[in-house]
Amino acid sequence: MTANWRLARRHGALRARARIIQEVRRFFIEGGYLEVETPLRIPAPAPESHIDPVPADGWFLQTSPEICMKRMLAAGYERLFQISHCWRAGERGSMHVPEFTMLEWYRAASDYRGVMEETERLIRFVAEGAGFGGPLSFRGKEIDITAPWERITVRDAFVRYGGMTMDKALDRDIFDEVMVEQIEPRLGISRPTFIHDYPACRSALARLKGDDLTVAERFELYLGGVEIANAFSELTDPVEQRARFESEAAFRTSREQTPIPLPEKFLAELAAMPQAAGIALGIDRLVMVLLDADSIDEVVAFTPEEL
Amino acid sequence: MYTVADLKKGLKITLDGDPYLVTAFEFSKPGKGQALYRTKMRNMITGITLDRTYRSGETFEPARLEERQMQYLYKEDNHYTFMDNQTFEQVQMSEEAVGDAKNFMIDNIQVDVLMFGEKAIGVSLPNFVNLRVVQTDPWVKGDTSGSDSKPATLETGYVLRVPPFIEEGEMIVVDTRTGDYSTRVKG
Repeated sequence: MTANWRLARRHGALRARARIIQEVRRFFIEGGYLEVETPLRIPAPAPESHIDPVPADGWFLQTSPEICMKRMLAAGYERLFQISHCWRAGERGSMHVPEFTMLEWYRAASDYRGVMEETERLIRFVAEGAGFGGPLSFRGKEIDITAPWERITVRDAFVRYGGMTMDKALDRDIFDEVMVEQIEPRLGISRPTFIHDYPACRSALARLKGDDLTVAERFELYLGGVEIANAFSELTDPVEQRARFESEAAFRTSREQTPIPLPEKFLAELAAMPQAAGIALGIDRLVMVLLDADSIDEVVAFTPEEL
Repeated sequence: MYTVADLKKGLKITLDGDPYLVTAFEFSKPGKGQALYRTKMRNMITGITLDRTYRSGETFEPARLEERQMQYLYKEDNHYTFMDNQTFEQVQMSEEAVGDAKNFMIDNIQVDVLMFGEKAIGVSLPNFVNLRVVQTDPWVKGDTSGSDSKPATLETGYVLRVPPFIEEGEMIVVDTRTGDYSTRVKG
């Protein structure tokens, strides 16, 4: 008999993970949200430059439940959440597994600021309910989740931590490098950070900001330097959405990436979608931070290599 | 040719003409951004560590390294000269590249020399070498200072701590991995 000691050793982490997911569910049910399940295999995920879907029998495994959930918003479902598996080809590292667990929630008549406020309440609710009250200890530092959370624009973060303006980084095509090397390690260190107002060109499904069309109403949440969630005020203009998808699709073609057809049914129904905001939160990463895990491997039952 | 997908700890690559050892590696992907491969690597000649971030599609030349058995001949002007056992070819290595091994190298010792192309960039010694003590103070009987070791200078100039009973002119065995006294050479 060869017991799988690696798997056995994760018992505590997997119990905590289950509790965290149960608390997430409780938060949304108590908040009047409808839990939904949309198909995991879909004909057309949103085409995005840097997200590669896994082909599945002529269609794709979802990279996010976004397209189906927004069609539900458009059909009159005003508050919905889903905890589902998503797949992104080639993503593997201490923060990535190619099949991971995503929490998404959408809310009509809200915007990204409303979602920030709701995210704060969710994380506090879950941490307390799952037995992680008080400051979180992560990688030798304490993150106080009760203190007012930091909010910083992407523009300000580039100047403060990146040593150059956001526009210069975009011009020189080093936006991602500066973000990963200089900015991310400084976000969410003593308290959680919302970094918001991303360049319009990096927000394919987000609404542009009314008073500054060079940025979109999009934010990311960081805890302890780890990206936990991405959210935005949803773009509801089908013409603009089609143009953005076509530009992302053209980028993919130019890089010889897997072509992805446009999600036509979504585009056809988008005009009926109310003003809304939505967010995708990585459950594995949230569990990592709450448990002070070094690697995502410690908080999943099986890594792909172990299958 | 390696691609970013081959990057991992321990990989040896050529960068700007020098061999580098990858000492840390992390896959990153900032929200909605592209995949980035963050690496730390150490120059195998200078020892300097640097951080580099790569994108998908970038490629690397492997570092072509080879270990050859050689004999250490002599030192001259901060350069150490070795001779290949098979070809009798002589190569020189800087003091910097020899590193701590210089403390344990006596003429004619057999070593493994790490070659990067035609360049000798490192030397590895046997784990234990015999070296002569050229200076150490005699042990004073009845010494009550409680000290259980004393300094000794070896024929290479290296100074280490030895037990009090070791005398000048004796041969001792030194562990080259730690630089510590191991035992007395029986003879």
